[in-house]
Amino acid sequence: MIAVLALLAGVVLGVWLDPSVPAALQPYLPIAVVAALDAVFGGVRAKLDRIFDDKQFVVSFISNVLVAALIVYLGDQLGVGGQLSTGVVVVLGVRIFGNVAAIRRHLFRA
Amino acid sequence: MSEEQTETGTGWPKPADPERPAGPGGEPDPRPDAPDPDELSPLVPRTEPAEDGAGAEPAEGAAAVSSGDGAAAPAGGGRSRVSTASVMIAALLALLGFTLVVQLRTTSTDPTAGVTRQEDLVRILSDLDARENRLRQDIAGLEESQRQLRSGEQGRQAALDEATRRADELGILAGTLPATGPGLAVRFESGAKPISATRVLDAVQELRGAGGEAMQISGGDRASVRIIASTYFLDGENGSLVVDGRRLTGPFTITVIGDPATMRTALNIPGGVVASVQGDGGNVIVEDREAAEVSALHAPIKLEHARPVS
Repeated sequence: MIAVLALLAGVVLGVWLDPSVPAALQPYLPIAVVAALDAVFGGVRAKLDRIFDDKQFVVSFISNVLVAALIVYLGDQLGVGGQLSTGVVVVLGVRIFGNVAAIRRHLFRA
Repeated sequence: MSEEQTETGTGWPKPADPERPAGPGGEPDPRPDAPDPDELSPLVPRTEPAEDGAGAEPAEGAAAVSSGDGAAAPAGGGRSRVSTASVMIAALLALLGFTLVVQLRTTSTDPTAGVTRQEDLVRILSDLDARENRLRQDIAGLEESQRQLRSGEQGRQAALDEATRRADELGILAGTLPATGPGLAVRFESGAKPISATRVLDAVQELRGAGGEAMQISGGDRASVRIIASTYFLDGENGSLVVDGRRLTGPFTITVIGDPATMRTALNIPGGVVASVQGDGGNVIVEDREAAEVSALHAPIKLEHARPVS
């Protein structure tokens, strides 16, 4: 409940402030958002599995975001930033799909 | 420390969170078809399920207990930890929503630059370069054709000027245009005998031979007739003269445009026009004119048979 409220508050804040992304962060922000989404879906799944842990969620959230941004940064430095960010997105997408499938099994028993 | 931790954060309400599972680990996976451990979320504790148990974090737990909160049971320490983590989770999720919205707005407002990477930008740049080259070639071709058209127009203008000049010359020669220029005014005053048409014709031919370019003859009543190639002179009644069907009375004046000295010399040669008229008892007065006006016009001749050869 708090999580949903916090998410809504963040959305409202983003709409209200309407900031512009700094140019230095522009390649990393989408990847970070996808990584955070992966962590959130994993957290929802763990909650439904009744194995949710706060600390683990926080750590995994932050590390997911940081690692994803680091990989993209490394790829940019190596000159394969586009391909590497695509790869990160694919991996995270696969994980998100797996988590969503688990959530679906929990919710709908199917 | 527990109080401080409950009060830190962004002021989110302290969650009651009654549904939290007491022990996250220790439960077997209820799903029959548990996926491969590699596919599991990192949140699922698989290696150390008991790590997050009640006393799993000695530092924090000990701090909470040792903070001297007498009522703080181990459950109270867990509660403060939970609220701290909840605040963290709330902050992270708020950050996620914030960045999500920011990213969405950035992408939707600027769909090209926001997600464009360096190689894409290079490709766009090369596309623009190629397009610029094409447009530059177009400009060069259009300028070339413009130059051709302009030179064609200049040639046309030159031809038009030439034709106009030629038409003017022919119009002056044919008597259809008025003309002005240096020349003579030759006045014939009759003596005992009237001035005959032969004398006038002699004078005209003499003037033509001397380079007269345009001529007209005027009678005493200011009536003027342009003298062209086909003009004829007849003797009329009472000393009058019929020129091209018009009757002119004396004294006659021939206005001619040409070189004055040459024409004067031509008229004054011995046995010439002046001498003949003076032999008849008349007189010829030749005056130089700075700007002799030949203003009488001849109607354009309609050619019925002759056609230009071209």
